[in-house]
Amino acid sequence: MKPVVVENLTVAYQKKPVLSNVSFEVPEGKLIGIIGPNGAGKSTLIKAILGLIPKAAGEIKIYDKKYRAKDRVVGYVPQRGSVDWDFPTNALDVVLMGRYGHVGWFKRPGKKDTEIAMECLKKVGMEEYASRQISQLSGGQQQRVFLARALAQDAKVYFMDEPFVGVDAATERAIIELLNELKRQGKTVLVVHHDLQTVKEYFDHVILLNVNTVAAGATEEVFTLENLHRTYGGKLSFLEKDQLVVEQK
Amino acid sequence: MSYESWILIVGSLAGITCGITGCFLILRKLSMLADAISHTVLLGIVLAFIVSQSMSGVYMLIGAAVVGLLTAVGVQMLHQAGIQEDASIGVVFTFLFAVGVILITVFADDVHLDVDHALMGEITFVPWDLVQWGFLPELPKAFLMLSTVLVINLVIIGLFYKELKITSFDPQMAAAIGIPVLLIHYLLMGLVSITTVASFDSVGAILVVAMLIAPGASAYLITDKLSIMLLLSALIGVAAAVIGYYLASWLDVSISGSMATINGIIFALVFLFSPTKGLLSKKISMKRLKMD
Repeated sequence: MKPVVVENLTVAYQKKPVLSNVSFEVPEGKLIGIIGPNGAGKSTLIKAILGLIPKAAGEIKIYDKKYRAKDRVVGYVPQRGSVDWDFPTNALDVVLMGRYGHVGWFKRPGKKDTEIAMECLKKVGMEEYASRQISQLSGGQQQRVFLARALAQDAKVYFMDEPFVGVDAATERAIIELLNELKRQGKTVLVVHHDLQTVKEYFDHVILLNVNTVAAGATEEVFTLENLHRTYGGKLSFLEKDQLVVEQK
Repeated sequence: MSYESWILIVGSLAGITCGITGCFLILRKLSMLADAISHTVLLGIVLAFIVSQSMSGVYMLIGAAVVGLLTAVGVQMLHQAGIQEDASIGVVFTFLFAVGVILITVFADDVHLDVDHALMGEITFVPWDLVQWGFLPELPKAFLMLSTVLVINLVIIGLFYKELKITSFDPQMAAAIGIPVLLIHYLLMGLVSITTVASFDSVGAILVVAMLIAPGASAYLITDKLSIMLLLSALIGVAAAVIGYYLASWLDVSISGSMATINGIIFALVFLFSPTKGLLSKKISMKRLKMD
């Protein structure tokens, strides 16, 4: 059973299609990169899969079923910039929000949930910042808190929207280690990613997206200069000189 | 109970109720929507009067909740249809308020229901406007309404605390884990509507915005914890009511006006002198950074 199957997905804002006829499936227990230029619909794809925005057409299946939040198989890391970090709360409290889906209506997260949240903070190396107000954290630390919150959701499939944007090198390494750890546990992780230089190193599988799916499959087969040209159009020139040529040797 | 203590009690109740509910408006950046609702509930009151032919508190609360929600839904729909949010608020709010004003002049001309009173409120008369509910003795209507609304607000916020919190902080995540974000939004708008209408008699539609927003805005600058922010906001609401009352009787000016003024002054003081987020402490820590 595939963790995620998307068939002919079309999403439109007003009249303009943001995603058109997107189809792909991803294998279980892999790290998958969602790659494409600005405006390719990468974040939209994740939001459509999670039902956050309506789809105009198409079929989305998570483990062979329509996505339902209450099945709790999916964890989500939104873009760090999508929330107000001046909100009066601390790191532990944000991670606890990952438990809200498990807690249910009219109840508060209990001792067990707090323990789980603390464990998740530890996994991202943030346990000593548990009671720190979130606006006092650096960008990288905020991103780690978001990851810890996703871990607290205890899901089987994770969707992460640009987790590497605006973080320092140490955090980037910590995040990628964590993603590999998730993979070893058999989880499937889909990551919207910008930096083409690290794609081959980080991901087993890629989805090349530019409103349509350009290609999807194992990184070594799909992440080719030709496919990148089709994804990025003319915007790719600087890349050829830089690193892709090197990789083609 | 003495005249003075009734005014202090009613003012404090309005301060607590508005203060608590207002915190969520600030965190969700909905202050302008609160302003809109505080005006459109006038239509709710008039409709309640036309339907029930009375100024009964229960009908007023229902009418306010209905029209308050209508405002929130209208703004949401226009916004989703591609109109900017502030423009949607402006259109919906003025339209519904104007309908309310017209209906007052047509249907409710000869009762105690006028635009001036609704906008400015008059807490001075509160102790004499008595009603009898059930087995209770005759009590000021504003007191009964505010107590009822305070209990409703506390129960709803208590039951949906974590949902209100996560939908305020990260609505996308909330939606992804199956929390009905829009429903929680309308629930809060319902609370704002009944809060507004219950505070109407005492402080009026314009000053109720001060009581909704100023205490929460002050509390936001003092604390980093949501639960403390709610508590502080309620306390500041009470302080402003009490200090405002004594200031008014000392200077012999409008009570509701002076309550709102004190709210503004408290905010200004906190804005300048808050130990963590005040202007002064920010300047000082900037200077320290420069010295290092």
